[in-house]
Amino acid sequence: MARFVITRLLQMIPLLIGITFLTFSIVNLVPGSPVSRYEFNPRARPEDIERIKRNLGLDQPWPVRYVQWLGNVARGDLGISLVNYTPVRARILNVLPNTLLLTTTSLVFALLLSIPVGIYAAVKRNSWFDNVSTVGSIATFAMPSFWLGLLLILLFAVKFYEWGLPSLPVGGTRTLRGETGFMDRLEHLILPSLALGLVQLAAWMRYIRSSMLEVIRQDFVRTAQAKGLRDRVVLYSHAFRNALLPLITLVGLSIPELFGGAVIIEQVFAWNGVGRLINDAAQSSDYTLIMGAVLMLAVLTLLANLLADVLYAILDPRIRYD
Amino acid sequence: MAQQTRRLTAEAAPDRVERVDPSALNRNELRSTPGLYRRAWRRYRRNKIAMVALFVFVLIVLFVLSADMLSRYVTHVTYWKGNLRGQFLAPFSEGHFLGTDSNGRDILTRLAYGGRVSLLVAGLAVLTTLTIGSAVGATAGYFGGFLDSFLMRLVDVLLAIPGLPLLILIFALYRPNAAGLAIVLGLLSWAGVARLIRGEVLSIRGRDYVDAARVIGASNGRIIWRHIFPNIVPIIVVWISLAIPSVILAEAALSYLGFGVQVPTPSWGNMLQGAKDYYTRSWTNVFIPGFMIYITVLAINLVGNGLRDALDPRLND
Repeated sequence: MARFVITRLLQMIPLLIGITFLTFSIVNLVPGSPVSRYEFNPRARPEDIERIKRNLGLDQPWPVRYVQWLGNVARGDLGISLVNYTPVRARILNVLPNTLLLTTTSLVFALLLSIPVGIYAAVKRNSWFDNVSTVGSIATFAMPSFWLGLLLILLFAVKFYEWGLPSLPVGGTRTLRGETGFMDRLEHLILPSLALGLVQLAAWMRYIRSSMLEVIRQDFVRTAQAKGLRDRVVLYSHAFRNALLPLITLVGLSIPELFGGAVIIEQVFAWNGVGRLINDAAQSSDYTLIMGAVLMLAVLTLLANLLADVLYAILDPRIRYD
Repeated sequence: MAQQTRRLTAEAAPDRVERVDPSALNRNELRSTPGLYRRAWRRYRRNKIAMVALFVFVLIVLFVLSADMLSRYVTHVTYWKGNLRGQFLAPFSEGHFLGTDSNGRDILTRLAYGGRVSLLVAGLAVLTTLTIGSAVGATAGYFGGFLDSFLMRLVDVLLAIPGLPLLILIFALYRPNAAGLAIVLGLLSWAGVARLIRGEVLSIRGRDYVDAARVIGASNGRIIWRHIFPNIVPIIVVWISLAIPSVILAEAALSYLGFGVQVPTPSWGNMLQGAKDYYTRSWTNVFIPGFMIYITVLAINLVGNGLRDALDPRLND
């Protein structure tokens, strides 16, 4: 297993080089540069702009800059922001916990709800519960997450406040003034993670249902029932364990979606995370900040996929990677 | 099981008894069994939900196409008569069926024009994706070898790139128009369908009739186009119907963030962007464009599910 993990980690390196090369070339082939904001400034002479360019290293052709950037990244240095000259690594690490908090909360929320509902719907196939949950998941799956977020804000933050009911905050990660305890963080977390998690919840619920239906039909489940085991035991320690396997792959593959969704949801809820950082960096053509954030998301995505594969191997002893 | 049997008998029974004219056999007009697509349509027609979804989708398309007629026959307000005093009118106020937005513009009219943009972007993006994806997938699957492994590694890289940040980045720096937006969306998202088509081509390539065609002396191009391609059309049709909603959602998200379709041109996404700053003034402004996106995506998803069940009954769960 250790060998498999190491091989996979090593395979990540060329993949990351491919990803960063593509991103870097796209960023640099597109018109516009971090110094273009000086070009319409009457007090900036052409030679000043040239000097700024030279100081930032922008006078070199982009393939050269890419190799330099890659060398620096290998040493753990992501460079400085080209707009306000702050270290990129510090800025990303500053907001990364917020993004991780948001994505993990919605992941856990989606899993905790989709597993029991999916199993119950499969066991009581074609019951009213099954039908309601199926219709509900199809209806939720088509929802644009940012619209869902706006509606949640409208109802639970704006209208509830107008009606004098206990309301939730509109956005942000915590109250900026006064005491900010655990409850305050939690209040701010509820709506964004709901908006982010509901779509995943809908997809996973359907998936768990069909994967359970497949397992229930198999012989070993009938054997377990024939032995006289209680339904609960058959369901959880025979059927569910086997239905869980494809779910792990699915969750692993949903991680990029979750991060992508976080980029939008963070904007809707003014959540101070990597998504907002990318947004701001893109607005101001801040190459190094963008590259750092994209690299960070790519690494997180690949690590999540690796984790899914390792979990798969641990849970299913039939699978051997070496 | 009972349902299964009923379905089977319904399948076997002819939909209508045709009176057979014996001379038709000689004139080569008699077809013993209806073709794949006719049978698929028969299966589709029996699926009530899918038929309702198809009807809703047709309604949406008709609504979007009638954009030019709305201001003449429904609102009776021409563009230059709108003014800021008429902002945030509630729905069902005179002439404005769905109210007006922050600039006093009629929401119904903008919804129709915005829908045109959203649907066109989705269609064009899917077309681009499909063109590149099927070319790459068919090449990799058919020729195999080094070309295959090279193209598939490229697919791996593309699939591992965080898509949305990259799109934000490109659109923030470049600000293309709607067509450019669609093409860039297509250029970055062909990896999935390329992998799908490669797998299919790979499995069909080994069939006997492909070998037979090669023995006759058919060229590679002819084999791919005439013998392999018709067999992957059903899969492509299902893929299209499931890809369009995801592109609509992507375009809406980008436009909502301000990186997609740019402001004077309406799209459902940027209508939401314009409305979100005023949600305390008018909640219908936020609700309506998002609801259109939602209904459209839902309808196409359900049509796609129906198509999948109709074209490939093995995939039924």
